[in-house]
Amino acid sequence: MLFYRFFLGSLRQITRGSPWYFAWVGFLLLCILVGALGYIDQLKGGLIETNMRDQVSWGFYIGNFTFLVGVAAAAVVLVIPAYIYQWAPIKEIVIIGELLAVSAIIMCLGFVSVDIGRPDRFWHLLPIVGHMNFPSSLLAWDVLVLNCYGALNFVIVTHIVYRLYTRRNYSKRFATPLILFSIPLAVSIHTVTAFVYNGLPGRPFWNSAILAPRFLASAFCSGPAIILILLQLLRRYTQLEIKKEAIWKIAELMAYAMFINLFLLGAEVFREYYSGTHHLLHTKYLYMGAHGSHVLVPYAWLSVACSVIAFFLFLIPKTRKNVVTLNVGAVLIYAGVYIEKGVALVIPGFTPSTLGEIYEYSPSRTELQIAAGVFGLGFLAFTLMTKVAVPIMRGTFHIDSGKAAATTAKTAKTVEAHE
Amino acid sequence: MTANCNSCRGKERQACTSCPGGQAQRQAEPASASDRRTFLKTTMAAAAAGWLAACDEATREAFFQKHFRELSATEKRDVFARLEREYNKQFKKKVSVGGEPAMDGVEFGYALDLSRCVGCRRCVYACVKENNQSRDPQIQWIRVLEMEKDKGVDLSEANPYYDAEKVPREGHFYMPVQCQQCRRPQCVAVCPVGATWKEPDGIVVVDYNWCIGCRYCMAACPYGARRFNWGEPSIPADEVNPDTHYLGNRPRYKGVVEKCTFCIQRTRKGRYPACVEICPVGARKFGNLLDPASEVRQVIEHKRVFLLKEEINTQPKFYYFYGV
Repeated sequence: MLFYRFFLGSLRQITRGSPWYFAWVGFLLLCILVGALGYIDQLKGGLIETNMRDQVSWGFYIGNFTFLVGVAAAAVVLVIPAYIYQWAPIKEIVIIGELLAVSAIIMCLGFVSVDIGRPDRFWHLLPIVGHMNFPSSLLAWDVLVLNCYGALNFVIVTHIVYRLYTRRNYSKRFATPLILFSIPLAVSIHTVTAFVYNGLPGRPFWNSAILAPRFLASAFCSGPAIILILLQLLRRYTQLEIKKEAIWKIAELMAYAMFINLFLLGAEVFREYYSGTHHLLHTKYLYMGAHGSHVLVPYAWLSVACSVIAFFLFLIPKTRKNVVTLNVGAVLIYAGVYIEKGVALVIPGFTPSTLGEIYEYSPSRTELQIAAGVFGLGFLAFTLMTKVAVPIMRGTFHIDSGKAAATTAKTAKTVEAHE
Repeated sequence: MTANCNSCRGKERQACTSCPGGQAQRQAEPASASDRRTFLKTTMAAAAAGWLAACDEATREAFFQKHFRELSATEKRDVFARLEREYNKQFKKKVSVGGEPAMDGVEFGYALDLSRCVGCRRCVYACVKENNQSRDPQIQWIRVLEMEKDKGVDLSEANPYYDAEKVPREGHFYMPVQCQQCRRPQCVAVCPVGATWKEPDGIVVVDYNWCIGCRYCMAACPYGARRFNWGEPSIPADEVNPDTHYLGNRPRYKGVVEKCTFCIQRTRKGRYPACVEICPVGARKFGNLLDPASEVRQVIEHKRVFLLKEEINTQPKFYYFYGV
């Protein structure tokens, strides 16, 4: 009953808002529409509507998926200081990180779904009813951990928000074990996604032991980068109180993560170039182009430049604490890691192909459309969830707020009746 | 842009799967009735319940069809019969779907003589015909690579787009590559739904009715042996080979993966694969690895063989050798 009231109240929250809010939601719905139209084309014609081919059999979709798995772990960067160290400034905002994790998982699953050739057979993947190739297939593992992580975060955040709504603290007995479990699970979604690539001996570009550590390092940059920007937007537009210390601490953690990320990248590049085996071709294709093909080259260098500049902006306390340079840094990190973990990871793995052929891939219009749709879906989920969570965090939307309104209305009516 | 196409260099823009021109051509075609049906099939999957009640029996049976290896003998017969009805309707001619199991005491192996191969690509085209590969978009299971003699087997310098009219070219040799039928197949290990597996006679097969089209196997294969049906496959009805096997050359669907099966529909009946039969220079040898008298065992015994990318430890049953 109480939960039903919470549900109704939440519905009221998301259907009311400023014109800016509706404009934003409208924009996201438009993105989803564009994506849906693209997806209808793809269902009709097949994946031939994309520019993926036998030589480059995964592309933009799987690149975005890989990047977003990283974003999903962002929550952990907030969860550890908030719940393990009980650090107040971050504890106040940890919910935002968890909501982002849920939204990122929605987008991850979206990108995997649009990439498969036979979505009508999705049930083959389910355990028991289908025929899940577990534990042999890393993709089966990935489906499992991603769904668990998404569901877990959704349960945790719903519990905490609902408790706040009823003006209680979250249940330590219920939530604490789940929160603790979400930490290794966040690490596992990265590790497993890295192993999906890492475990393939026929793809030397991915078959490197430091791929999983690189995934973790870059995830701890890109996820927080988005959180930093989101927090500042929320602070500006919703009056949600966010302490400067929280933001600076996140930025500091990102500087360390970026250092490790760049170091691991350097170690990889050194090995490739110094040993100079045939496997170097993939790295060369990425950074210098090969056999006259160099679509990725500008993106690869843009990614490196963004990451290096952002690293210094976040390392130097003065620029870390300056609002402008902080945001510039966050955007640069986002861009840098988006390229690095997206196209620059997937495509060079396939180029040259296992038989030495170079097929230059770049996403088709349909792929861009569908990607816009999936991003729209994820951002819409985040927007709606935040729209409910923020007033609860601020204490303006709670169990008595509905009641108070109802009582006022009732009193007003009684008064009217009396008159 | 078409001239830059890596697959056909702009020569076959309509037939080529890699060409934007080819794509546009297909987009312009009016959606056929079967297109619409597939489209419906996929979009409504989410709201399966209501839809399943409304659709016809065959579609429902196809949707709920179990994993091939979980089917009983009677269920298999029913599935084959249903597929035959579907193919008969689609191609307006009698197509038989068989399911011959592996023979006891047989493990198939292949040997290919690089010193004989002239790169004429007849094996490629014979394979396309025998195995009902889609003509548009074009799918070919065998890829012949042209290599420079002084570089040896160097895949990074290989050229699959040479002109087959002008072979053999001075200073070059030719290396056909197809599924290596590995003893440790990476593709099988990674498939999330177990839609591909190694049969008792060593042939790695795909259940086209179970594959979800995630293409993880294509990322895993070190030999580029797997092909995906990026678009709706099409074969002119009069060119369809009506003698098919469920795990082999029966016509495929959009959105699933396929590959060489050592012509399972022929070899399990004691015949040679089509590529062995057509080869004009006798470069291709095939037989039972468990039979010491077989041709392929003779090659292993009397010539020196090598395996492609042996360092990956996939342990292919496809042996390359230099016969002369």
